[in-house]
Amino acid sequence: MHASVGKILVLAVPVLLLLAFLLLGLWERRALGRAAGPSFVARNGAPVAIWLVLMVGFWTIVLIVLPLLHMVDLSFRPKLPPAQVGGPQDLYTLDNYRFFLFGGGFSASGWNDTHIQAFLITILASILITILNLALCYPLAFYMAKVAPEARLRLLMLLLVTPYWVNEILRAFAFRILFGTQGVLNKALLGAGLLTEPIDFIGQNVALYAGLSYAYLLLMVFPLYNAIESLDRNQLEAARDLGAPWWRIHLDIVIPHSRPGIASGTTLVFMLTAGALAAPQVLSGPNTLWFTPIVYDRFYQAFNWPQGAAYAFILLVTCIVFVLGVLRLFRLGLGEMHR
Amino acid sequence: MTAAVLLDRVTVRFGAFTAVRAASVEIAAGEFFSFLGPSGCGKTTLLRTISGLVEPSEGRVLIGGRDMAGIGPNRRPTALIFQNLALFPLMSVAENIAYGLKVRGVPRAARRARVEELLELIALPGAADKRIDELSGGQRQRVAIARALAVEPQVLLLDEPLSALDLKLRQHMRNELRSIQRRVGLTFVYITHDQGEALAMSDRIAVMNHGVIEQVGTGRAVYEAPRTPFVASFVGESNALPGRVLATADGLARVATALGPLAGRDPAGLRVGEEAILFVRPECLLLDPPEEAERIEARAGEETYEGSTSHLAFTTADGRRLTLATGRDGGERPAPGTVCTLGWRARDAIVLASRTDPDRGDG
Repeated sequence: MHASVGKILVLAVPVLLLLAFLLLGLWERRALGRAAGPSFVARNGAPVAIWLVLMVGFWTIVLIVLPLLHMVDLSFRPKLPPAQVGGPQDLYTLDNYRFFLFGGGFSASGWNDTHIQAFLITILASILITILNLALCYPLAFYMAKVAPEARLRLLMLLLVTPYWVNEILRAFAFRILFGTQGVLNKALLGAGLLTEPIDFIGQNVALYAGLSYAYLLLMVFPLYNAIESLDRNQLEAARDLGAPWWRIHLDIVIPHSRPGIASGTTLVFMLTAGALAAPQVLSGPNTLWFTPIVYDRFYQAFNWPQGAAYAFILLVTCIVFVLGVLRLFRLGLGEMHR
Repeated sequence: MTAAVLLDRVTVRFGAFTAVRAASVEIAAGEFFSFLGPSGCGKTTLLRTISGLVEPSEGRVLIGGRDMAGIGPNRRPTALIFQNLALFPLMSVAENIAYGLKVRGVPRAARRARVEELLELIALPGAADKRIDELSGGQRQRVAIARALAVEPQVLLLDEPLSALDLKLRQHMRNELRSIQRRVGLTFVYITHDQGEALAMSDRIAVMNHGVIEQVGTGRAVYEAPRTPFVASFVGESNALPGRVLATADGLARVATALGPLAGRDPAGLRVGEEAILFVRPECLLLDPPEEAERIEARAGEETYEGSTSHLAFTTADGRRLTLATGRDGGERPAPGTVCTLGWRARDAIVLASRTDPDRGDG
């Protein structure tokens, strides 16, 4: 199929979606009647309604939907010199995805080992980092929400947030300084006589995983905190009064109650970790390839935008699958997550 | 016989604030015992101290003769019913009731049998698989009771569990609670600020004020023979006439009030010259007092009709408001504005020292 239909598709899909939503709204009104009271427009006036629709529409369509659709469109096109774009050779193709799996045909195994491995490591490491984050943040969030007195809570919040005033790249460099062969940690360990020669934390990826774990900690703490905070303290006391030991109270009462927070925290952290760029570029060892720098390289080193788009799309689809999986695991609907 | 619950000079402090001050009380096994007091009087704190959710700063809590110091709420033979019930919204009725058994490792089949039995007791058979939000207020109430009873506590603690219900249901649940208590024969410790509730249900009542237990006794004793001005005015309504003791004789005390010398019972043996308050219940105040009665004059005000009774308001010469309760056929109502003679038999009024006993150390 010729790729010039792509432009039409990119523009047509949002329009069709909008129409679908409009029809859905009309159908709902007919099916449920006007039980919901006067419409939004009637309550707030036409200017407010139009302003809101325009702004939200601009935000979703121009800033999110169109660029993404364009990227998807791009990922199915061949890399061509600008002059030939839209020409007879601009046909839809799966070449870019094929390249991710099989490479340029240079590898001995026939598979694109480097990229596939980087991709799998990225996904696996992101899952582990997400779990680690959850394990770190749950006790902290519980302490903040149910144990800490007001003054200590404010202090804790401040301590948690302040480091994030520093730029992400600077924070990554700080970890490099901390974990470097000549870094603070090695010097301290050597000085204490625990080591005879420095450990290569960066080469072993310790620095990378530590940096990534820290990078999105807040996005785990706050959804968890919010979820646990809304739990009635009497629920905890009732469980305790009925004889439950502390771990049972968490298992039976706190965790089920905070499912939305856990789901929202894990998906946020997973997505951002899997898509992190700064920390991997600064902190990964010479032998490690994180997937996002590869995507970056497709765009700006190989200057192969269609291929970069395909790689990014693969990552995006994987992340969406992860989110849906998490929601399924916690038996939550998409809307419930951010209650 | 050892007391089901023994509080031995229990004091609870939160920082500089003393919530409960040297509370001592002995609750017998199988008794329906109420703590009655206004909000903030420390009664809930005291209940939480019995349950173990709060540790006393001083004093001891004994349950079934065993000192509970250092024993957490999950290992005490008590079960608490919270004011908001605190049912677990993500669990079904059966899971709620069985929760205490589940955490104790009771096998599934035994749990199910016990749940059936309890649902029978609370008259909710077949509700096992319902969600909590499908139940009405009264049904939730009963599930909360069943959940607490499931763990077979020695003492059931109830923290104003009826306060969220409407009047009719509350009266129904009073009887329900009382009958459940009789059937299971447990010790109930009940917290309420509603004196009607306390009087109707309890074997004995402890009246609390500012963290201090002012009086312990049967409902009748607390109502008819209050020992402190607070008890006299909090339990039921009372007309108060403050003054100074003029003379005492034959168990009666004569008080110099703003309306002249007036007499009432003197259970405590007051000293002459002591400041005291004379209390008269609205139902003891009479419109056409007999010759030998204590008499005062007051201007009639509005009538408040309450169905079974009517309350007539009066204002005395020194601006004090009095209430007189009449039955349905209370005779002629005085027209508002007319000055009437009111009175009471000296034996129907009570005179109490205005200051609480110094050895209680209130302040």
